[in-house]
Amino acid sequence: MADVISKDNKQSWFYSDIVKDHFFHPRNFIEDGEDEGRFNAIGKVGSPACGDELRVWMRVDPQTERILEFRWRTFGCGSAIASTSMASVVVTENGGMTLDEARKLKPQDIIDRLGGLPQRKIHCSVLCDKALRDAINDYYRRTQQFDKIIAEASRVIDSVAKVTDHDIETAVLEGAQTLEQVQQKTKVGIGNPSCLPAVEELIRFYKEKYFG
Amino acid sequence: MDRKVYLDHAATTPIDPRVREVMLPYLTEKFGNPSSFHTLGKQAKDDMSESRSQIAEILNVRSDEILFTSGGTESDNLAILGFARANQSNGKHLITTAIEHHAVLEAMIQLEKKEGFEVTYLKPDRDGLVSVSQITEALRPDTILVSVMYANNEIGTVQPIREIGNVIQKYRQEHKNAWPVFHTDACQASSFLDLDIEKLHVDLLTLNGSKMYGPKGIGLLYIRRGIKLQPLQFGGSQERGLRPGTENVVGIIGMAKALTLAQKDKEKETQRLIPLRDKLIEGILKSIPKTRLNGHSTIRLPNNVNISFLDIEGEALVLYLDAAGIFVSTGSACTSASLEPSHVILALGMPYEVAHGSIRFTLGHETTDENIDYVLKTLPPLIEKLRSISPVRVDKKYFT
Repeated sequence: MADVISKDNKQSWFYSDIVKDHFFHPRNFIEDGEDEGRFNAIGKVGSPACGDELRVWMRVDPQTERILEFRWRTFGCGSAIASTSMASVVVTENGGMTLDEARKLKPQDIIDRLGGLPQRKIHCSVLCDKALRDAINDYYRRTQQFDKIIAEASRVIDSVAKVTDHDIETAVLEGAQTLEQVQQKTKVGIGNPSCLPAVEELIRFYKEKYFG
Repeated sequence: MDRKVYLDHAATTPIDPRVREVMLPYLTEKFGNPSSFHTLGKQAKDDMSESRSQIAEILNVRSDEILFTSGGTESDNLAILGFARANQSNGKHLITTAIEHHAVLEAMIQLEKKEGFEVTYLKPDRDGLVSVSQITEALRPDTILVSVMYANNEIGTVQPIREIGNVIQKYRQEHKNAWPVFHTDACQASSFLDLDIEKLHVDLLTLNGSKMYGPKGIGLLYIRRGIKLQPLQFGGSQERGLRPGTENVVGIIGMAKALTLAQKDKEKETQRLIPLRDKLIEGILKSIPKTRLNGHSTIRLPNNVNISFLDIEGEALVLYLDAAGIFVSTGSACTSASLEPSHVILALGMPYEVAHGSIRFTLGHETTDENIDYVLKTLPPLIEKLRSISPVRVDKKYFT
């Protein structure tokens, strides 16, 4: 675990004290046998085969569309558990976020509140905002507000190498900073240079989105 | 956190005080370079030769068949890359197993992807064992090298090295060839298993100082006389030019002592650890539902326990145990960018879900019965807690 160290290399533990606190004392996870009837939206992302799976249960106030309750279960590493726990606090504190506000929540917001995560662990934290958006869509689906559903389908960027915007996002999250590094991971544009400007734009976008 | 229970001896061992004792002079007054002509250099050279002889005696080989390296990885790399490159005119087929250490696997992949070799990766059975007949079936006239690890670093399974060595030797005789040669990575075996090269019928053997209560940064490769290797580094005549660079004298002195002690104590330590190992295995399987032992239940190292705790992810458990003062490791590489779980557990035919939840406990000199009791008492509530926050419920079929 040599590569999982605190940002400033000063802490003896691998994660910040806040991460540690949320990891050892996770907030808002859903207990076995709890009545799930009161929730009016659910979301799911990942699978245990990829090493992370997250499910969320959400109770939204139909009048204000604020998130009153946000409960979860996570299969994943320390960062995944802590990020989900922190996300559940962020979306429900101060009377709860509106669904519009919640949809704008970025992984970086959660990471900031956690006092940072090791670079290698950033991908673990992106699951919770994806699950959150999945639950938001589910709420709109259930309340028949179909126009508000925003699908997160991936878009093919390089039809030759079959690389999608999601693949580029993953490469950036895994630490690729430049076009060359993204190409090493994805082979994007190697047989199809015409897509390169779009790729560079996406790299900038995801770097901005996740690393500010 | 007062209590510290170190159960990661397969990762590395502390230096035995008796080993440290013999090393200390070489960190102070006996600092000479063995290549120097003066008294200090001569002393270093003589002491290094003495260590080499000690090791040769334990392995039942000649001193000039021992080559010192920086550790297990370098020895594995030199054995595989060095042999394959020097002998490719005889054939370009190599055989290994899917559960080798990455130092072997990555070297094989390098040869396969970049240098035109063909590699057969044998898949072990569900217990992690490779059979002699699998080797026999895979052997071809152009097979120049077979590499099978003695004992697996993750699941502790011990492979039938003697029997494999035997069939390879016979194959050579029948085909009247000097190949294939047989390499084994014995890094995890040195504290528990027989290392008599003549009995094992191996031609190349890797050992590492830091897995047997010796220092880190030192390893060796046994190379049967007559075998030609291409060096990986250049720049001097040390180690017959096969491994140039000033010798790690203090490491060599330490490794010789460590290997001597390890081999002398191996039966006693085996008898002491097997009951502790089995107590830990049985204790976990009995008290915690949805757990599975990875690797064969008896044909395994006396110090290795590898368990999959279903429905939870290994790293989270490692960190919870760490907070309780118990130091273990996960087979699953959640810390790597690839997110790939243990290639060893996957090779047993287990699905990703099972591989992600595997934890390795490796016992050692300081491990006591009381330590095992503490682990068995600490584990169940931690597992229960992590399962309560997990959405995953892996199907029963994977752990029965």
